[in-house]
Amino acid sequence: MPAEPAAHGAHAAGPGEAAAVPARGSGSDRGPQRLAQAALKDLPWEVGVAKPDPAIVVDGVTRTFGGLTAVSVDHLEIQRGGITGLIGPNGAGKTTLFNLLTGFDQPNTGTWSYDGRSLGKLSPHQVARLGVVRTFQLTKALSRLTVMQNMLLGAQQQRGENFLSALLPGTWRKQEAANTEKAMDLLRRFKLDAKKDDFAGILSGGQRKLLEMARALMSDPQVVMLDEPMAGVNPALTQSLLGHVKNLREEGMTVIFVEHDMDVVRDISDWVVVMAAGKVIAEGPPESISQNRAVVDAYLGAHHDAPLTVEEEDRVLAEASAAIARDEGTDADVLSSDRPNPERTDR
Amino acid sequence: MSDLLNAFAIAGKAFFGFQAIFFALLAIGINIHFGYTGLLNFGQIAFAMLGGFGIAISVSQWGLPFWVGVVVGVAAAVALALLLGLPTLRLRADYLAIVTIATSEGLRLVFRSVSATPVTGGTRGLAAFNGDFMDLAPWDTQHRYRILGTTWSGGELWVALIGWVLVILFSLLTWQLMRSPWGRVVKAIREDEDAVRALGKNVYAYKMQSLVLGGVIGAFGGMVYAVSTGSAIPDQYQSANTFLAYAALILGGAARVLGPVLGSMILLFLLQFADTGLRALISNGVIPEGLLSSTDVAQIRFVLVGLGLMLLLVFRPQGIFGDRREVMLDAR
Repeated sequence: MPAEPAAHGAHAAGPGEAAAVPARGSGSDRGPQRLAQAALKDLPWEVGVAKPDPAIVVDGVTRTFGGLTAVSVDHLEIQRGGITGLIGPNGAGKTTLFNLLTGFDQPNTGTWSYDGRSLGKLSPHQVARLGVVRTFQLTKALSRLTVMQNMLLGAQQQRGENFLSALLPGTWRKQEAANTEKAMDLLRRFKLDAKKDDFAGILSGGQRKLLEMARALMSDPQVVMLDEPMAGVNPALTQSLLGHVKNLREEGMTVIFVEHDMDVVRDISDWVVVMAAGKVIAEGPPESISQNRAVVDAYLGAHHDAPLTVEEEDRVLAEASAAIARDEGTDADVLSSDRPNPERTDR
Repeated sequence: MSDLLNAFAIAGKAFFGFQAIFFALLAIGINIHFGYTGLLNFGQIAFAMLGGFGIAISVSQWGLPFWVGVVVGVAAAVALALLLGLPTLRLRADYLAIVTIATSEGLRLVFRSVSATPVTGGTRGLAAFNGDFMDLAPWDTQHRYRILGTTWSGGELWVALIGWVLVILFSLLTWQLMRSPWGRVVKAIREDEDAVRALGKNVYAYKMQSLVLGGVIGAFGGMVYAVSTGSAIPDQYQSANTFLAYAALILGGAARVLGPVLGSMILLFLLQFADTGLRALISNGVIPEGLLSSTDVAQIRFVLVGLGLMLLLVFRPQGIFGDRREVMLDAR
């Protein structure tokens, strides 16, 4: 972990101007993005393909809850310095995989490593100290702390967080001032500086997402894992969040994010991993995904595009009218469960 | 009228008396647990009992010096906090609540049991262990002093002096801790543990430190109580005391440095004032004997104070010193 106190981020492959890239600027993504994209360009579009410079390697990880296999990933590599999108239908195991990678959950079998170091038995805070930070699907702003306190919490190796040193302000005051300055820089970048003394609990949903991301950046992470960063955020703010995610890559960080909005995924990912029913069913550059048979099947059901025969159509219609007759008076049920829609297997 | 003034003076003594100190120290500990860290400790009285009996057993049973007794009491409180915390702090908050309340009742029953009588004195408890402490007083502890219409013995004054010094010291400690990065982590744990873990903090260690610290402060509360009454009896340490301390904390305002201190003082004042005041009104005939007899006063005063607390929570949920904005935020 680099212990440079003042500069935020900007290590590894980041070009000189990286830190100064404005929030919404997507015009200057020539550096690391190209590196990651170029590195991934010639890879075959197949599951478990080896990446030229993997930051995270997952091997044979399974996690079952009772009889349900939530995650079963044979082999997965995440390219360093790139943005990897993780998509899949609801219940595909994306968040569970995140939880496993960050130590919040323990797998039944399997190993995974970051920078060649096994993360197998580490607890969440140990994983975070290695430079792998995450955000949560349900934003975890610390409501009754101010925005600034939220930010300062993200800083690592604080002397004042030790019980005995806490009693001697002289030991931590200088570090605290440096951290506050760094936090102000980040808050300005995320346009939250005017709110620094407000309780985080009064922020809007989108502002909480921004705060959570900014707080994660306080720890100078190497890998940032974002769980649905755009969920519930209005379109204008989505653009700004996208800019921030791209900036992370410009600064040399590896980004993994879960997202449902395919436009967003296509816009910013260098590589996309698709999960369904706990397995990785496809991976490749974003443009490859929409053509992938397995992906389309996973999202829409295996036989969604086969034409209906006349008999089938008759049968579906008959079933539907029977159901309507049966449920007369309970309109809601009819509407939700008995619509004669052959594409209903999309779960 | 003079009766009411007298009731006011007696309540004023309760405002500064050893019981206010006792509850203040319990509540300062609970404030660290519950107000700042979000730990639901319903067994604070067990820490106080270990503090009180730490001195009592060391001095009157083992013949050790008073100061060693203090150390024994603190060590016992630390051990209890570790024992309670090790299995439960990894679990959800409610497990700690269940385990602490069960332990505090269980410990009291063990201390008063027949088989423990050779050590703890059983139901009769222990006495005659505060001589060393009283000898340290710079004035005559037997002499009675009149202060503002109330009578204090020299011993009471000496205990109150040392007790308030302790309260001030622990309040300063809380204040310093809670404005430091340590306090920031602890408050963040109250808000959301997982977010704090994801930021690289060892949540378990912080919760343990908080539990030990608050428990030790509670143990000092028990020591003040035992030294002041001159006796340590297991049945003095009923679980109701834990909840009175919670009431004091909420009255004053949780997560405020002075909330538990002033809350305890005001709670004790109100209880004493209601008691003496009602008795005076009954003996004057203002309240007819048929409506309320003086034997019921001891219970009725709790009802009145309870009603007052309810009104407080309706109209001022943050307590006397709390920050309304802070309380109104849903803690997610």
